[in-house]
Amino acid sequence: MSTLVVQDEASEERHRFIEKLTPYLFISPWILGFLFFTLGPLIFSFIMSFYDWPVVGERTFVGLQNYEVMLTEDPLFWDSLWITVKFGLFFVPFNVILGLLLAVLLNQKVFGTGVFRTIFYLPSVISGVALVTIWAWIYSHEYGILNFLLGLAGIEGPNWLGDPNWSLLAIVIASLWGLGGTMLILLTGLQSIPKELYEAAKMSGVPAWARLIYITIPMLSPMLLFTVITSIISAFQQLTIALLLTGGGPLESTYFFAMYIYDNAFKYFEMGFAAANSWVMFLIILVLSMLVLKSSSAWVYYEGEMKNSEAADD
Amino acid sequence: MTRALTYGALLFLSAMFIIPFYWTFITAVKSIGELYQFPPVFWPDEVMWDNFVTAWFKQPFDVYLKNSVIVVILSTIGQLFSCSLVAFGFARFKFRGRDAIFVLLLSTMMIPWDVKMIPLYMEFNMLGWINTLKPLIVPAYFADAFFVFLLRQYIMTVPIEIDEAARMDGANSWQIYWRIHLPLMMPALVLVGTFHFMNAWNDYLGPLIYLNDQSKYTLTLGLSMFKGLHETDITSIAAITVVLCIPPLILFFFAQRYIMDGSIGSSVKG
Repeated sequence: MSTLVVQDEASEERHRFIEKLTPYLFISPWILGFLFFTLGPLIFSFIMSFYDWPVVGERTFVGLQNYEVMLTEDPLFWDSLWITVKFGLFFVPFNVILGLLLAVLLNQKVFGTGVFRTIFYLPSVISGVALVTIWAWIYSHEYGILNFLLGLAGIEGPNWLGDPNWSLLAIVIASLWGLGGTMLILLTGLQSIPKELYEAAKMSGVPAWARLIYITIPMLSPMLLFTVITSIISAFQQLTIALLLTGGGPLESTYFFAMYIYDNAFKYFEMGFAAANSWVMFLIILVLSMLVLKSSSAWVYYEGEMKNSEAADD
Repeated sequence: MTRALTYGALLFLSAMFIIPFYWTFITAVKSIGELYQFPPVFWPDEVMWDNFVTAWFKQPFDVYLKNSVIVVILSTIGQLFSCSLVAFGFARFKFRGRDAIFVLLLSTMMIPWDVKMIPLYMEFNMLGWINTLKPLIVPAYFADAFFVFLLRQYIMTVPIEIDEAARMDGANSWQIYWRIHLPLMMPALVLVGTFHFMNAWNDYLGPLIYLNDQSKYTLTLGLSMFKGLHETDITSIAAITVVLCIPPLILFFFAQRYIMDGSIGSSVKG
């Protein structure tokens, strides 16, 4: 009799243990992936950055030397960083503003919105490699359709990919072709703005441009913030297009920071040095994102917050 | 007036987005003579469908296609299975550390791939996975953070009473996941599957870094090889580009209503 009770308790204990364990079992794929494919690599790369670490052969601890060389002796570090910043200064505002323009246009009650929306999103669906081959042929100096069309307008087109003054802009334009994702996010945001706001403004005779500035942009600001941050991150990760379209040239005018890391790792096989490069990139992205987030309180309008502060005033 | 302006702007911008596609397709089906004609030919006299066949045999593209298909199918299965499991865990259980772990999961989305690229290469190198398709497949079985987030949001919209009723009938957690939630989250799974299919099919940097032998190449890598091998073979490059674009475009048209109904935007807001 008593053994039966003990057994019951034991099985109950086991049952409870399994119940406690179940949720962790469900999320275990992500936990394991996080350890092996994110946290582990991050720690590993941090350690590597203090070593002279070739893919094969002897590795030696060198302390901060990788960081020192990068910051003081290697001009390519600063050059590639500057090119990336220049790219970002063009790409991020255009990506967000053009994305917003498309979203605003599509949010009008016009015929065929669905078709237009699909068209604008199409380039975002294809591979970066396909995008590059498409644009390489468009930019072609002699046979490119772009310079032909410019010629029709009486403009003599530059040698887009061969002229260091134009090559970076060429990459910006090709990248902007894929702004469908940004457009879609902003469009969803637009559609969630209460229609009454616009109707009330219209009734009071507020012109269209003022409605855009005083209603649309403030109401959309959380999503604008999101697209600004993701645009910055993607600007810094720009690799495929530069690698294939220009190979960093001409005269290293499109030698992006991501390409500098890639070359150090997989062309020169200086894994430790490249790991140090990548940590610098990580820190820059982190700091930039933090800055955007911090500054956001000045220009991002959250409806919930507003309501709270109004309630507090009462 | 503003209406006309809106249409004008939309038509003009659509042209900017469409013309590159059209131009690539036209380039792929032109004869050599028309290719370099000036002014450019906007519609060829004869559509040279044979150009696709010629291009396909310039490189072992059937091998590349096989590799791409293996990677895409196996990794998509992994992603659908692992992400739905993890999402169910976060959406339907209360457990110690849940919210902290979930924040951690969200924050991993901000880590640039470039930072993990080097140590991951070293890790796969130590495992002996370099020059195999494994680095492109295995990580997909460990749940991508963004997809987990999407699916979790979706599960949260399902009334908890359904779970409770099933539990009363004696179903365990696994059965609730497998029999109830997996079928219910089908629309969200279509979305995740589509996104992952496109990512995997379009991926260039992964194959570039992990694969060395031509026999292991995927289609994107094969297309990029044209640049070095046949610098001037524009027709074949354009033809393979068209071929590479077709599967994601078809998939996109079918999954469009799931993508366009705002799940991307609303999940961002969520």
